Amino acid sequence: MTRTLGAKILAVALGVSLVAACTSTSNDDPEEPTGPVELTFWSWAPNIEKLVDRWNTDNPETKVTLSKQAGGADIVTKLLTAAKAGNPPDLAQVEYQALPTLVSNDVLADIAEQAKPLKEKFSDGTWRQVTLGTDAVYAVPQDAAPMMLYYRADLFTQYGLTVPGTWEEFAQTARTLRGKTKKHFLTTFSANDPGWFAGLAQQAGANWWGIDGEFWKVTVNDAGTRKVADYWGGLVGEGVVDGKPMYTPEWNKALNDGSLLAWPSAVWAPGVLVGNAPATKGKWAMAPLPQWTAGENRTGNWGGSSTGVTAASKHKAAAVRFATWLNTDAAATTMLVRECAVYPAARDAQSGPALASPPDFFANQADFYPLAKQIADTAAGVTWGPNVNVTYETYQDAFGKAITGRTPFGAAVDAMQTATVDDMRKNGFTIAG
Amino acid sequence: MPTATPGVRRRGRRTGIPYVFLAPAVILFLAFFLAPIGYAGYLSLRKVRISGLGLGRGSRTEVFAGLENYRNAVTDSELWSGALRVLGYGALLVPTMLGLALLFALLLDRPRAQLARFSRTAIFLPYAVPAVIASLLWGFLYLPATSPLNDLLVRFGLPEPDLLGTDAVFYAVVNIALWGGVGFNMIVLYTALRAIPPELYESARLDGCSEIQVALRIKIPLLAPALVMTTLFTMIATLQVFSEPMTLAPMTNSISSTWTPLMKIYRDAFATDDRYAAAATSVLVAAITLVLSLGFLRLVQKRAFGQEH
Repeated sequence: MTRTLGAKILAVALGVSLVAACTSTSNDDPEEPTGPVELTFWSWAPNIEKLVDRWNTDNPETKVTLSKQAGGADIVTKLLTAAKAGNPPDLAQVEYQALPTLVSNDVLADIAEQAKPLKEKFSDGTWRQVTLGTDAVYAVPQDAAPMMLYYRADLFTQYGLTVPGTWEEFAQTARTLRGKTKKHFLTTFSANDPGWFAGLAQQAGANWWGIDGEFWKVTVNDAGTRKVADYWGGLVGEGVVDGKPMYTPEWNKALNDGSLLAWPSAVWAPGVLVGNAPATKGKWAMAPLPQWTAGENRTGNWGGSSTGVTAASKHKAAAVRFATWLNTDAAATTMLVRECAVYPAARDAQSGPALASPPDFFANQADFYPLAKQIADTAAGVTWGPNVNVTYETYQDAFGKAITGRTPFGAAVDAMQTATVDDMRKNGFTIAG
Repeated sequence: MPTATPGVRRRGRRTGIPYVFLAPAVILFLAFFLAPIGYAGYLSLRKVRISGLGLGRGSRTEVFAGLENYRNAVTDSELWSGALRVLGYGALLVPTMLGLALLFALLLDRPRAQLARFSRTAIFLPYAVPAVIASLLWGFLYLPATSPLNDLLVRFGLPEPDLLGTDAVFYAVVNIALWGGVGFNMIVLYTALRAIPPELYESARLDGCSEIQVALRIKIPLLAPALVMTTLFTMIATLQVFSEPMTLAPMTNSISSTWTPLMKIYRDAFATDDRYAAAATSVLVAAITLVLSLGFLRLVQKRAFGQEH
């Protein structure tokens, strides 16, 4: 009795594995099959399922299945693990600075063949982030995050401050404010947010990594970065800029009660302010980031993400088609803006109908998005390296230590450079110099 | 001869059935305990080797590293300063925690103790709050801008302390652990106290002992085994301190990503993607924990369990 049952189970199991074997052979076919394909997609953008549904309705032959993920660094760890286990999704949303890490772990595919023509749809700065300055293309840009200055217009008037056009004026404004009140700071320097510092450094011309033939160039402590670090170190040391981290209960309170008057942030800031400082609606205004030299027009990016296709995907061509539609199609980008609160990287979409009126939180600033587009065009491009995570971790520890220990910020930048280079050497990357 | 037959039968039965019953435990033990430990040990001897830019397919390979990861861990000053911090943390936490737990247990065990049931629950309750939640709660109380304490001090024109500042943060973390752990240890000690036969107290009182003498000369010596156990648990928990500083870290500049050895392991594994270094450090920390625990047991065994030998 038991034996026959066992035999039956064995037979069924064999049958199943045979069927599985058949499917997998057809999937392995390098000539992408023309029949219906199924793609899996990892993303953390809110409401992205609405775009996936729309695609699935219009493209029944290429069915995309969405799996919602945690954002930022978590998805990178998960992708690395999934790729190692042999079952990554076909597509994934990835922050720009994580691209080299994923490429170097063989998680993402080079999609240059199909995606190269997309170049003209994006600003040069954005495009450079997905090519690493090489001939390859590792992802389709989704959102851009140019940095700008947000400030409390009401409090600026109250304290008789003018919007600073240069960093020199910004420092003066910080001093003037402290001269008038001890309850407020113009802004805070956060040792918790390396992406924020990276954006500020990009504006000053920093370029932490570069590819020179077969060599990596690593210059985390280059002149631009040093200039930015020394500048902020001076202001924090002088006591005219706060040194407390951002994204803490304390910071939320400071935004709400006006203890902080300004926030150098990115185009997505209105979304954060709505959640963290709802009481200040309508009191903020946005201006370009202060410049290092008067008359210049430059900024950096704080964050932003792209859609990558995995190296293990069996339907790369179909996956690139979806990624292209998602991030460049007019209807899709309109939905990205309206449903997912994404600031699109595609230049046409930045002046699209969905961005005709300002965000609710900035209802008083009618030119919010036209100004944002102007600023976005001036964002410096950078090449990210294969161990941004190490550099970022070191930023948090080294700047935290510099602020609590009241030591110069320049040493923190040097610590970032040393940690980055040491880690790359340890793993065997070839580094120039 | 007649006695042999049942023996054989019994042995025949013994070959199969016990293993079937043991199987779930053994399989679970192998799959979820030994196998991961073995894999961690294996990973700790490996490392990544990248050729060139590391961008092309197959440019990243995993190779045998020998003891390199261990050498790096042992010579890492960050790890040792973290370990030193944890030692200091333990030196402060363990005596305070057990002292308070013992005090509360003895007070509750007093004859005619008032509000005993309520106090017991109130002291125990924080143990039911997960460490992450507790740290968030305390974080709000510590942060100058959100702390009601600072609010009061400012009202009276007194200087505001920054409880998450460089030096204070150490005590801030100890305080959270204390708040969460005293109740549990108190319950263990209190239960052990209730198990002591009351006749002992009675005869002591007849001999003229005061309540304090009963506590010092009868209760505490008889509590020794329970004290040893709670000390051991607290020590192990100390070496594994993680959730509290990890949760507080984003709120302050004072806690680095390598503040304790476990935080460093977490950073290596999940933030800087070096699971090999993380594995080596894990093995090291596990070995040190084992040695310290066994050493402590050996040290106190004779004294605490002396009567059993």
